[in-house]
Amino acid sequence: MAELNPPPWEPRIVAFVCKWCTYAGADLAGTVRLRYPANVRIVKLPCSGRIDCFFIVKALEQGADAVLVSGCHPGDCHYSDGNYHARRRFRLFRRLLEFLGVDLRRVQFACVSAAEGMKWADLVSDLADEVRQLGPYREYHQMCAGDGTGDERDREATHA
Amino acid sequence: MARIGLFVCRCGRNIAGTVDVAEVAGILAEHPGVVHAEEYTYMCSDPGQLKVAQTIADQHLTGVVVAACSPQLHERTFRIACEKGGLNPYMCEMANIREHCSWVHPEEPATTEKAIELTRVAVEKVKHSRPLTPIRIPVNRRVLVIGAGIAGIQVALDAARGGYDVVLVEREAYVGGHMAQLSATFPEMERSRFLLRPKLAQLLSHDNVWLLTNSEVVELTGFVGNFKATIKTRPSTDAEAGLDLADEVFPRGVERQRQESTVEVEVGAVVPAIGYDVYPLESIPEYGSGSIPNVLTSLQFEQLLRTSEGGELRRPSDGAVPREVVFIQCVRSRDREHGMPYCSRICCMYTAKQAMLYKQRVPDGQAYVFYIDIRAQGKDDEEFIRRAAEQYGVLYLRGRVSRIFPQDGKVVVWGADTLSGMNVEIPADAVVLALAMTPAHGALDVARLLGVGADDHGFLTEAHPKLRPVETSTAGIFLAGACQAPRDIGSCVAHASGAASKVLELFSARHLEREPEIAHIDEGICAGCFDCREVCPSRAIEVKEIRDRRGELLDTVATVNDGLCQGCGLCVATCRSGAADLEGYTDSQLFSQIEALSSRWTSTTSAEKPGGGHGG
Repeated sequence: MAELNPPPWEPRIVAFVCKWCTYAGADLAGTVRLRYPANVRIVKLPCSGRIDCFFIVKALEQGADAVLVSGCHPGDCHYSDGNYHARRRFRLFRRLLEFLGVDLRRVQFACVSAAEGMKWADLVSDLADEVRQLGPYREYHQMCAGDGTGDERDREATHA
Repeated sequence: MARIGLFVCRCGRNIAGTVDVAEVAGILAEHPGVVHAEEYTYMCSDPGQLKVAQTIADQHLTGVVVAACSPQLHERTFRIACEKGGLNPYMCEMANIREHCSWVHPEEPATTEKAIELTRVAVEKVKHSRPLTPIRIPVNRRVLVIGAGIAGIQVALDAARGGYDVVLVEREAYVGGHMAQLSATFPEMERSRFLLRPKLAQLLSHDNVWLLTNSEVVELTGFVGNFKATIKTRPSTDAEAGLDLADEVFPRGVERQRQESTVEVEVGAVVPAIGYDVYPLESIPEYGSGSIPNVLTSLQFEQLLRTSEGGELRRPSDGAVPREVVFIQCVRSRDREHGMPYCSRICCMYTAKQAMLYKQRVPDGQAYVFYIDIRAQGKDDEEFIRRAAEQYGVLYLRGRVSRIFPQDGKVVVWGADTLSGMNVEIPADAVVLALAMTPAHGALDVARLLGVGADDHGFLTEAHPKLRPVETSTAGIFLAGACQAPRDIGSCVAHASGAASKVLELFSARHLEREPEIAHIDEGICAGCFDCREVCPSRAIEVKEIRDRRGELLDTVATVNDGLCQGCGLCVATCRSGAADLEGYTDSQLFSQIEALSSRWTSTTSAEKPGGGHGG
């Protein structure tokens, strides 16, 4: 069996995207055969405004090393202002995450339109590189386990 | 218990070239709830679709997952296939393993691993899907048209001839809009009112048309097929009543309103055809802000041309025949700093027309035109401009005019001829300004009232500039004419007939079917905070009173209007008590999708299953 050579660690990135813009932008990246790393898993939503902050928490809890939320550019929302509501919600949510000690590099936000296949490919490539540098997000689970005392120890464990 | 059928598409080599399709089907065949898993060359082909329908019947499937291309392409195809097999079409999900996977990643285990995960996400989602039925909405087959210019008249006539009732609302006392004020059309040189008159006669004599002048729509509620409009009519003034005899465009037979009145009408569709205005001369200081005698707007000059037909054209200040007239194009058009950045599209043509009509009336006069570029793209337009220059001797000067000032009964024009590089000074008898076309005054109020979009300037916005040019983002509201963008009469009529055909399409059925992927609110959980109402972009959240048998108010909760909800899900993410949910994207579907992406599933070779910890 292949157990002799376990595959090297690869970042797991969950992306919550709006079906009108980023989802279609990712489709376009495929149609024109761009290349980007296979680390991202897209979850489709009708609008970035549908994204509940719990989705992000849930994704981290399930072992995601990073979460990406991507919606329409300002002014482009199919429902007129869903993306503004989303932006406001996530600005606040990020402050909460930061307060709780979540590394904000792990929870990122972007705007990718249906025409920006290239931007999507670049975004995923850059994010995958960044998360690969950061390593697996073990701190999150240690934090959740109530082990809030040993930040240093946790980091050492990560890079061990 | 879920019985899910999985169909993995090879898409020739498009997917199978980089994804191990057999492994995807093989791994997922073992997934809880999956009772059938197979791969096939082209799932979207007829045999592929037949496989789906046949397997549903044979295996008594409760859900179907097709792992293939983007759902944007074939979700509908497979939903129809499911329906043919006897399964509710909304019990079908697609995993996008082509655009999002096989086309963007090389042939390696990680690509197949991703395809497996995406497919597992779809399987987990469909386990939490519910059968949905399209929403049926009755359609009131009467249309409200706002504005009785040429566009509004065309919509009203088309719809009335199609057999439907029309309520035509005009805020002025007369109908015909700007077209009634024009002298002639370009490039045909037909008298504008001669063209308009038979249209008006047909309109006013048509039994299906109810015309309300001096009237404005002050409120609109409801949704596609079921709007309710409140129309306010003001009493006509004595001057307006006098128009009755003087002006052929004032609709005879419409009784003079003596009192303010309000009427409510129920309609199924609304067409704003509110037209345009021109940039106010008062806001152009370098051209005198309207204080210099004989500096006229293009519309004022149209009136001079119209009333001087067969006679002599005389300037307004002293009744003298103007021997030299300067026309200035692009006044506040294509002017990012002080005016409108766009081209008003019609000014090059009507300026040439005005110069020619002037020359017909004053054959020994001289017409000058200051222009930036000549844009004559329409049919016969280029030839028309050439005629103005070559046959009528209109002198075209390429450049801007810096200043206009009165001197000894003349209007002195200072400009630059950029082709010769010389400064030009013309002591003119009259100056005509081709002012930018702007949205009609009050256009933004109409946009707000109807719940349709408007651009930075106030032109109402279409749903898609190429593919849906007369629809708006609000179902049942269509645009006609220059309220959407500057256009000429012919283009307005075409646009209006386009809007009318959309109305007729809507009215061709008594009921309307809508996608059922909309929000709903659990009244038992709703706390009545109405935060959802604050965020809803479709005004779809309504107040519902819950009363006991004696009529005592027990509770006030939020409820979703099926006809209005567009399914964005903002209310769901906003609701703090979890009362709101969105069909097709329910919380339970989404959380199960996220769980399906858990790192606990990652190993495709071991028997590791959820619940096995985080593996650290």
